[in-house]
Amino acid sequence: MAQVALRVQNLGKQYRLGSGGPGYDTLADALLRLARLPSRWMGRGAPSTAPKTFWPLRSVSFEVSAGDVVGVVGRNGAGKSTLLKILSGVTDPTEGWAAVWGTMGALLEVGTGFHPELTGRENVFLNGAILGMKRAEVTSKFDEIVSFSGIERFIDTPAKHYSSGMYMRLAFAVAAHLETRILLVDEVLAVGDAEFQRKCLQKMEQVGTQGRAVLFVSHDMAAVTRLCSRAILLDQGRVVADGPAAGVVHQYLHGGSMHGAAVREWPRIEEAPGDRVARLRAVRVLDESGRPAPEIDIRRPVRIEVEFWNLDPTFRPAANVHLYNDQGQCLFVSCDFTSAVWKAGPRPHGIVRSVCHIPGNFLSEGLVSVLAAVSSFPRTTVHAMERDAVAFVVVDHSEGDGARGSFSGPIPGAVRPMLEWTLPDPEQGG
Amino acid sequence: MSAATAVEPLPEPPATRIIRPTSGWAPLDLSQLWIHRELVFFMAWRDIQLRYRQTLLGVGWAVLQPLATTVIFAVFFGRLAKISSDGLPYPVFALTGLVPWQLFAYALLQSSNSLVDNQNILRKVYFPRIIVPLASMGAGVIDFAVSFVILLGFMAWYQIAPSPRVLLLPFLLFLALVTAFGIGLWLATLNVRYRDIRYTVPFLSQLWLFATPVAYPASIVPERYRIWLGLNPMAGVIEGFRWALLGSGTVSLSVIATSTAVSAALLVSGLYYFKRMERGFADVI
Repeated sequence: MAQVALRVQNLGKQYRLGSGGPGYDTLADALLRLARLPSRWMGRGAPSTAPKTFWPLRSVSFEVSAGDVVGVVGRNGAGKSTLLKILSGVTDPTEGWAAVWGTMGALLEVGTGFHPELTGRENVFLNGAILGMKRAEVTSKFDEIVSFSGIERFIDTPAKHYSSGMYMRLAFAVAAHLETRILLVDEVLAVGDAEFQRKCLQKMEQVGTQGRAVLFVSHDMAAVTRLCSRAILLDQGRVVADGPAAGVVHQYLHGGSMHGAAVREWPRIEEAPGDRVARLRAVRVLDESGRPAPEIDIRRPVRIEVEFWNLDPTFRPAANVHLYNDQGQCLFVSCDFTSAVWKAGPRPHGIVRSVCHIPGNFLSEGLVSVLAAVSSFPRTTVHAMERDAVAFVVVDHSEGDGARGSFSGPIPGAVRPMLEWTLPDPEQGG
Repeated sequence: MSAATAVEPLPEPPATRIIRPTSGWAPLDLSQLWIHRELVFFMAWRDIQLRYRQTLLGVGWAVLQPLATTVIFAVFFGRLAKISSDGLPYPVFALTGLVPWQLFAYALLQSSNSLVDNQNILRKVYFPRIIVPLASMGAGVIDFAVSFVILLGFMAWYQIAPSPRVLLLPFLLFLALVTAFGIGLWLATLNVRYRDIRYTVPFLSQLWLFATPVAYPASIVPERYRIWLGLNPMAGVIEGFRWALLGSGTVSLSVIATSTAVSAALLVSGLYYFKRMERGFADVI
């Protein structure tokens, strides 16, 4: 069993709304309140309005072991940042506790304390000190930090002359060299160009393999599924899911339960979507061994099974699936009229099952939502259709054997096929 | 219970840090300050860099301010109002008071505004908050060093040799800084919540200047009231400064002792108040 690095128990934070903060008021207000105190003690004067309170974080408990990279996901206002602020010590919890084993560093922002008037070199030292690094540590890593940032030529130029990209690169370069046993990271990857993001992700992955515990808040679900073995889903300040990253991400994106999304069944024909020709009976996402697969490895094939009641075989209805990514972009449509069985003639009355086989190393990572339909041709008629019938998450855990090779940054594209490349001999004029 | 829980868990090492709600008056933990001493240095160094880089005159300000004030004081208080200067040339007399005063005023102003000025950092990174007001006084010490050299130049010009009592100067300087820091802690904390403080400090500092024997000697205060002068720690510092450097006046030990006690009380109360309020800074600032 790995050693525990961070234990959070019943952690909660309460804020007061309205009068009494947060926010600052003027001294005059405070003096006025003070002046009203005697009348309040005597039970007279304006009744004091009880300040409204709310809990951005409540009853949060979890544990992180050394070597774990845990993603924290949730909508805006779910409590992610509050959690990190409490753990980093920036703000106090109202209840509960957290225990920390080992040194802890927090990156709630990159470039904290950077000053435009100071040179790059000076900012590196200042920022390092603010993040808790020793001067000797910064000195020894200085060259590495500068070369990581890629702005060697401008290191002695005041930061005010930097482009925003250079500024962020240097800031992240310092942060990336923070070597604490526990690392808290908040949304810092939302900055910089794609090339630099890749470098940052690589650096973070290294962090995870060095026996460190990382708590990583992000809105980038692809990054969470790739970097984190586990994820915690916060909703309205509470932990609503804690488990394998892909499943939690799926639950977050889909908003539903973690297990039901891969399989959808309509056991009663009268409630099933469809008409007098065809009605959907089931849609399932299955892995290669036939088990429901809410999560699938990008390298493995996946099957989508459509089962329907064939009520009028003369129409020769065909099952088809439309796959969408989480941006609502249609990846492709596939129909079983290309199959030999369909071509052979009308299928018998009763339950028909069609299976669409999607090869491994074809889909891109992320959430895939499936629209299932049953249609007939050539006068195109949709007999049954269900949007978001099932959904699954494609997770890229490839280690050089996938389409991404050894590249670790975000890869654009609706699909991520592993295509054949040939290298013709140039002498033969290929 | 299931079999899994029957397995004896490995003994756990004690946690490095426990994060829990704190309430009421917490004990001071100054060891944290020592652990983060490099940050104190870096933040002070940053302020010094910025102070001398962003301004046109740079170090000139450290020279110009006490010099200009000395000229005005010399003309109006020395020449026209003919205020006693304990038998010393008035310009030296005034400058000797102004140089430590300037250190105090700068340290007070900077430390009072320090938390608000660094709010972006306070919201994003944790370190002992006390570092911020402490480091903010650093640039004042550099200014002091520069203006002190000017003061020595004045003394040479008027052929006043320092007595061996100058060895007391570091203590007096320390007293001025402790006083500024003690009040600075109170004001910086209040400033987080009440932004009026920013406008109050220059005003307070001006009133305090006239209540302190900078432009006039303590000797013009009637003898029987003079002991109360020590309640103003800066009165003790300035008079002590003149006494140690120029050999003027009659500084009584009781005045210095009272000043030290008041200053220490300000520091300790400031530290506890700061400690009590610091956990809420990030939420309110």
